[in-house]
Amino acid sequence: MAKVVIDEARCKGCALCTLACPKKLIRMSDKLNRQGFLPAVFPAECSRDCTSCALCAQMCPDVAITVFRAEKGEKP
Amino acid sequence: MSERQLVAGNIAVAMGALAAGCRYYFGYPITPQSDIPAYMAGELRKMGGTFIQAESEIASINMLLGASACGFRAMTSSSSPGISLKQEGISYMAGSELPGLIVNICRSGPGLGGIDPSQADYFQAVKTGGHGGYRTVVVAPASVQEMYDLTILAFDLSDRYRMPAVLLADSLVGQMKEALECKPYVPPSDLPAKAWAVTGKQGRKDQRIVKSLFLGEGELERHNWKLWGRAEELKAKEQRSEGKYLDDAQLLVTGFGSAARIAKSAVEMARTAGLKVGYLRPITLFPFPEVAFQQATATCKKVLCVELSTGQMVEDVRLSVARDAEVVFYGRPPGTGSLPTPEELFGQIHKHYGKGA
Amino acid sequence: MQPVFQRPISLKDVATHFCPGCQHGLIHRLVADAMDHFGVQPQTIGVASVGCSVFLYEYFDIDVVEAPHGRAPAVATGVKRARPDNFVFTYQGDGDLAAIGTSEIIHAANRGELFTAIFVNNTTYGMTGGQMAPTSLPGQRTLTSPEGRDVTIDGYPMRMAEVIAALDGAAYSVRVAVNSPKNILAAAKAIKTAFSYQIEKKGFAFVEVLSACPTNWGMSAVQANERVAKEMIPYFALGTFKEKN
Repeated sequence: MAKVVIDEARCKGCALCTLACPKKLIRMSDKLNRQGFLPAVFPAECSRDCTSCALCAQMCPDVAITVFRAEKGEKP
Repeated sequence: MSERQLVAGNIAVAMGALAAGCRYYFGYPITPQSDIPAYMAGELRKMGGTFIQAESEIASINMLLGASACGFRAMTSSSSPGISLKQEGISYMAGSELPGLIVNICRSGPGLGGIDPSQADYFQAVKTGGHGGYRTVVVAPASVQEMYDLTILAFDLSDRYRMPAVLLADSLVGQMKEALECKPYVPPSDLPAKAWAVTGKQGRKDQRIVKSLFLGEGELERHNWKLWGRAEELKAKEQRSEGKYLDDAQLLVTGFGSAARIAKSAVEMARTAGLKVGYLRPITLFPFPEVAFQQATATCKKVLCVELSTGQMVEDVRLSVARDAEVVFYGRPPGTGSLPTPEELFGQIHKHYGKGA
Repeated sequence: MQPVFQRPISLKDVATHFCPGCQHGLIHRLVADAMDHFGVQPQTIGVASVGCSVFLYEYFDIDVVEAPHGRAPAVATGVKRARPDNFVFTYQGDGDLAAIGTSEIIHAANRGELFTAIFVNNTTYGMTGGQMAPTSLPGQRTLTSPEGRDVTIDGYPMRMAEVIAALDGAAYSVRVAVNSPKNILAAAKAIKTAFSYQIEKKGFAFVEVLSACPTNWGMSAVQANERVAKEMIPYFALGTFKEKN
């Protein structure tokens, strides 16, 4: 149980995070952001499957990704 | 207590720099200034300062840029071809509002030329040889004492006006020995603190950034006007010159540095011969002592400018004198056997005295 | 929820001007991470170069001196000698370091200057629009090698990490890449090791980072990232070429 927060405004749509995610939980949006890019999206329902490995954040050239992990006993 | 010593001009530059608190020297070997790095190498290491013989003139001016960005007095020295290589760095220092001393013990050119005394780097120093439009302080010593004194002045002006300073001399002044009185240096009490120097943020809220890139709307134009304003202030406040026999002069002889020394002897010969000849020597080449020239040519309407070149400073003399004054030029471009004698210049004085304007 | 991945504090919370998929931003993060790791940010003076990485001061929350093209190692020499107790690093691209500034980097390394050099190799001049760099690969098409780099005319790509390693003054020289999570973690470790060489006064440390320039390679970010693995790494071997104790 974990959460990936993508700063949509700062994402330049390079899609490198989608390759980094071992579970392929990140997809590209079909709506342009303010910069005119199609940003990466982490769907809320993917929280369940995310292991908080943070490889997406490691890979992001724009440091636009923050990753959170549920603490012990924390409810979704 | 200051005492008199017999030293060469180049050594006086080094001693002046150390007296002024300069503890960082970066250079590259080239004749005829090599006694400066040799002296600095020994002294700075004893004092715990930094001496680096760099891989090139380009590297040494950039090391100077780095040490100066940290807020310390730092210098480099070289000779004409080496100073050409430093022009990039001097432009960046000027753009980044960095002080620092660049000593040019000129040799003759263009190209490899020779090692004889020369004043053909006047344009490069005074009009500035790098890109982008900037100014530097330029001082022109004519004696060993001035090599010491003007090195110190150059550091002070450079710090105060936040621009590089060039000391322009040649091997005549650089290698001759004269008595030097090493007056102890007292920093001017009103020198502003270097609140722009990089130190690491150390808890400071704002970053300190030393740079010359300005891409914001209107930013670079404002920056250029700011630099211009400082140069204008320098011109208004810091002109220095030496004058003699100006009151009744009918012919004014001028020149800077080594040429001025020879010219001065010729002026003394002329006075002994009963000719009313005056002498005016710029000590600062930038700012050029325009006011002194205006005043002297209010009454004396003919000026003879002597240079060890085909004529460079003469252009600034023409711009500075009274409108109705005539300026004539006598030059000896540098080269072996090209140094004029006092008798030769006395001959020039004879030629022009009592004629023209 | 506990954060497991956050922006380093040494990196300012601002958007960068880098193109999509350009890995300068990532390399900036790794450098900032290393600064946070050792707690040296308050003492750090960065030396910026000319090219896409010129805006160092916009992204790192540190004091910065901007150097002329290629001269960052000379400027850093002046800075570090003047302030030996500060942490000093340079950040240069391949045109800056391996062409116009070859002399400065080699001699700074050879003197064993106690600063850390970060070298980003993306086989092209990015800022000026994609000209041939000293590191462009044989056959690589650029604005100034339209038929592809011909080694009989243009010479060969320079392997700077190996060149630096050959100098007695260099204490640490390594080449890393940031094209995969695994390589990124290795790069992060190498940058930290390089920092430790300065902090422990062990000597000059050099980190070459292979990086993608999708814009000037005429590729998507994903394709460019693949090129790093397929073309760059085979020529520019990853590894540690010098590691003095």
